[in-house]
Amino acid sequence: MPPVARPLSPHLQIYKPQLTSTLSISHRATGIALSVGTLALVWWVLAAAIGPGAYAQAQAFLGSWLGILLLIGWAFSLFFHLCNGIRHLVWDTGHGLDLPSTYASGWTVVVGSVVLALVAIIAGLAQWSNG
Amino acid sequence: MMNGSEMRSPLGRAIGLGSAKEGVEHWWRQRMTAVALVPLVLWFVIALIAHLGVDQRAAVAWLGSPIPAILMILMIGVAFYHAALGIQVVVEDYVHREWCKLTLLIATRFACFFLGVVGIFAILRMAFLR
Repeated sequence: MPPVARPLSPHLQIYKPQLTSTLSISHRATGIALSVGTLALVWWVLAAAIGPGAYAQAQAFLGSWLGILLLIGWAFSLFFHLCNGIRHLVWDTGHGLDLPSTYASGWTVVVGSVVLALVAIIAGLAQWSNG
Repeated sequence: MMNGSEMRSPLGRAIGLGSAKEGVEHWWRQRMTAVALVPLVLWFVIALIAHLGVDQRAAVAWLGSPIPAILMILMIGVAFYHAALGIQVVVEDYVHREWCKLTLLIATRFACFFLGVVGIFAILRMAFLR
């Protein structure tokens, strides 16, 4: 692109962070994180298909501190992307696009996804320590 | 909606592809895969939590039985399709050097299809060879 001498509109760093823009970029960030996370999913199902040795290796990694940390991050990413994705699907029908509605649905997504992720993590840890 | 009807030829409106020449196909596929993933992922998370910590035999018995195998294959296929579409948009929006963008677009798409096939192969193997 040629150098631009004309005045440009202010870019991102000029604005105060807003809920709407933060959730928007978080949707993309969690989408990318989940794409990377599917590597672990494929590794895990492949390990199960290969045999007990490979499966034990995958389980050992996923059960390590790093593995558990990644799984917790995955749970938060998944439920956020799921809830905010449903918010996007509602917008696609033409509903809830005014400012008060976007903030209300935004906070609903934040609270809902954190609660769902915590429920999943607690249920998972309980199941893990039982089994 | 804007009234652009006078600006477009009847043929252009009937074909409905717009200036990008591909219409709403990408957008629509992203939405359809998203809708399909809502129940599939919810099922997967609940079933996964129920099977956390089981040994390989039990994992194969679960993932290889008909309904879980079908749902897993659907989820893996649709998830990688959805991921490929989403990654494409992110790359197109943030990577501006042409060769870099093209390389990333090709590499990420290949990776999504490759990983999807590996995952589906693993499920099929557990379903048929146990």
